[in-house]
Amino acid sequence: MKGLRKFLDKQKPAFEKGGKLSMLGSTFRAFDTFLFVPDETAPKRGTQIRDAIDLKRTMSVVVIALIPALLFGMYNVGYQHFKSIGELANQEFFDIFLFGLWKVLPIIVVSYVVGLGIEFAFAQMRGHEVNEGYLVSGMLIPLIMPVEAPLWMVAISVAFAVVIGKEVFGGTGMNIWNPALVARAFFFFAYPKEMSGSEVWIADKADAYSGATPLADAATLVNAAPNETGSILGNMASSWEMFTGFIPGSIGETSVIAILIGAAILLFTGVGSWRIMLSTVVGAVVMGLIFNFFGGNAYMTEIPYWQHLIMGGFAFGTVFMATDPVTAAQTRKGKYIYGFLIGMFAILIRVVNGGFPESMMLSILMMNTFAPLIDHYIIQGNIKRRLKRAKATNAIA
Amino acid sequence: MAKVYRIKQGLDIKLKGKAESIIKQEHANPNEYALKPTDFAGLTPKLTVREGDTVKAGTPLFYDKYHPEVKYVSPVSGVVKEVRRGERRRILEVVVSKNEGAIEYETFDANENASIDEIKKVMLEAGIFPAIKQRPYDIVADPHTKPKAVFVSAFDTAPLAVDYDFVINRNLDAFHAGLRILSKFAPLYLNVGPTSSRKIYEGSKEAKVSIFRGPHPASNVGTQINKLNPINKDEVVWTIAPQDIIILGRLFEEKKYDARILTAVCGSEIINPLYVELPKGFAVKEVLCGNLKDDNTIRIISGNVLTGTKIEETGYLGFYSSQITVIPEGDEYEFLGWAKPGFGKMSVSRTFFSWLNMNKKYELSSNLHGEERAFVMTDEYDKVFPMDILPVQLLKAILAKDIDKMEQLGIYEVAPEDFALCEFVCTSKIESQRIVREGLNYLKTELS
Repeated sequence: MKGLRKFLDKQKPAFEKGGKLSMLGSTFRAFDTFLFVPDETAPKRGTQIRDAIDLKRTMSVVVIALIPALLFGMYNVGYQHFKSIGELANQEFFDIFLFGLWKVLPIIVVSYVVGLGIEFAFAQMRGHEVNEGYLVSGMLIPLIMPVEAPLWMVAISVAFAVVIGKEVFGGTGMNIWNPALVARAFFFFAYPKEMSGSEVWIADKADAYSGATPLADAATLVNAAPNETGSILGNMASSWEMFTGFIPGSIGETSVIAILIGAAILLFTGVGSWRIMLSTVVGAVVMGLIFNFFGGNAYMTEIPYWQHLIMGGFAFGTVFMATDPVTAAQTRKGKYIYGFLIGMFAILIRVVNGGFPESMMLSILMMNTFAPLIDHYIIQGNIKRRLKRAKATNAIA
Repeated sequence: MAKVYRIKQGLDIKLKGKAESIIKQEHANPNEYALKPTDFAGLTPKLTVREGDTVKAGTPLFYDKYHPEVKYVSPVSGVVKEVRRGERRRILEVVVSKNEGAIEYETFDANENASIDEIKKVMLEAGIFPAIKQRPYDIVADPHTKPKAVFVSAFDTAPLAVDYDFVINRNLDAFHAGLRILSKFAPLYLNVGPTSSRKIYEGSKEAKVSIFRGPHPASNVGTQINKLNPINKDEVVWTIAPQDIIILGRLFEEKKYDARILTAVCGSEIINPLYVELPKGFAVKEVLCGNLKDDNTIRIISGNVLTGTKIEETGYLGFYSSQITVIPEGDEYEFLGWAKPGFGKMSVSRTFFSWLNMNKKYELSSNLHGEERAFVMTDEYDKVFPMDILPVQLLKAILAKDIDKMEQLGIYEVAPEDFALCEFVCTSKIESQRIVREGLNYLKTELS
């Protein structure tokens, strides 16, 4: 590795300020610091030693936590395809997986190439460092796309998310909404046909086969006549299928088991916030129970509260989206409130409005918007406590 | 019985090279000592000596331009060797070359039973007053303000810290004499650790004693003030370190400024970590000579690894330091360092496999392990910050220069050292201590 280091050190001056290639300085530094943790040491005054963690490590842990969902998603893409054409029994495990890999890989490549391309360009234009945040967003976006999403639409959604969702605010750390969800929301509203219905969730589906997600099935309960309820519920995937993930859906969101493995990694390493995950689940359970007892339509009364937790994007959103530290509430108490409301609103939107079966995305984006407000009140609480204390001591004096 | 306070948030960083409780002097007899104006935040020094002048221990070397009564005195007797200046002729160091033989002392008319004004005057004359720091601002106390309390922390939970049981027990009478003097200024809070020797606090009737249990920063006065008697706007609290109390006690017992302290020579790059007993401000070179491992480029720190200052090999111990820590410099690249399993990498998070061995003692270098980024992670600081203050929000208020917000969020209660662990754990490598220092300086200039 010494040779590589020497080579990089030799190139460095050209990319530094005043050098011939200084317009590519951020790009060079991004690659340089990717290959080598820099030799920078602590300043003269201040803490003289540092924790070994940096943003690259943190982000790579999140990417690792996403891998179970990704691998299962690839397998499930193949599984759903062969199931729809009635060939499942004739396929080997690896054929199923390779089919999925072949379908999913282009979406991942497009996501990273477009997203990182824009990130590098912005960093270069502004003369700051390339931030690691997109390593995670770039993996999240494919996992919440339907497998049939046309690549150019994915590309436009990614571009929209990175530019409008992040860079206009100043880059990673400054954005208000989760960039991956901005990409999905853009896709959802710009190309509704490619993001909903029953045709997009299974790759190369046989026409006669119903490709509706359990969530879409359940959404028909909202306006269902009482005598239809039974047949709708009968058609829906079983809880076990939803838990293991052998159902149509966005690429990475279907398997609760794979997501729970990811959650375990995030919680054990301390990268993900248990406060947010826990309170989101509690919020959903509370809302689910309320509807179970006081339901106004069949969706509210017939789907038990616990089933909401394994349907659609709830689990994926709870573990990987709601916990995004930049867009979530930043104070400890704020995190409980933020998570709880995400859980509540996710279930509320689901069971009231059949037009938005995927409620988790909207719920998280909405709470992203309100997170600064929640923090504001928690901060005011701290300020008031301090003022009160001052008054109390003045009164004694 | 003393009340026990339990600190939950914090972190004990386990490092190699803790000093053994032995004092070894044979090769440590430095003949240069320095007083550094840069140790005192916000000080504008006015020299009272010139190069070549003869001084005694206790002779003023400079004073504060804005508080001329606060004098900064020589720790030893000898000749002023050099006034070292930096950019724009700023005074960096006043170096005194010690005379052969015993130290000669100025005598001071110090009387414990005199009036409080007389006592203060002697302390200012004898140069012990700058040892008292005040909050807000974390600067040398303003002698004209009356503090609402004096805080003393007689233990240290910082990495490789001085064992104050060992140090104070050797100077117990002077320590108690010092406490008696301090208690005349304001109610005195003496805080000790759960394992502190009873002799330290049971002999002192003047002080309100509390026991602080838990990880670092349990021993920071900032933590203790926040729990016991938090600072509100327009209030002032004084703080002073145990060894300075001993010097203060000696001043009243022996009528002289005897600045000898025990300094721990510690860190993973030291062969035999031990203590030396020397006056403040000694040249570290002779003390370290023969005691350094020579396989690494090293960083010499005046103070501990959390709040210390990097000094040169030809440098001098800082006024407020009671340890010299020597660690590897770590100025080298690490190929794909962020992607390695990291069995031997110290991290509060469990993102490296070092969680397999929780009790490992580390040999940490001064490498930053990454580049500076915007704030991304949350709840990192809260885990190591025990005060009832929102650390990130306060830092952001400082960065935005929003004075109202800084006040509201409690800037008067903090010193840079309170943010040392935040700086250590920060994923984004943000220099919290520098930000807090700049915030305090800004506030001071804006409000005065």
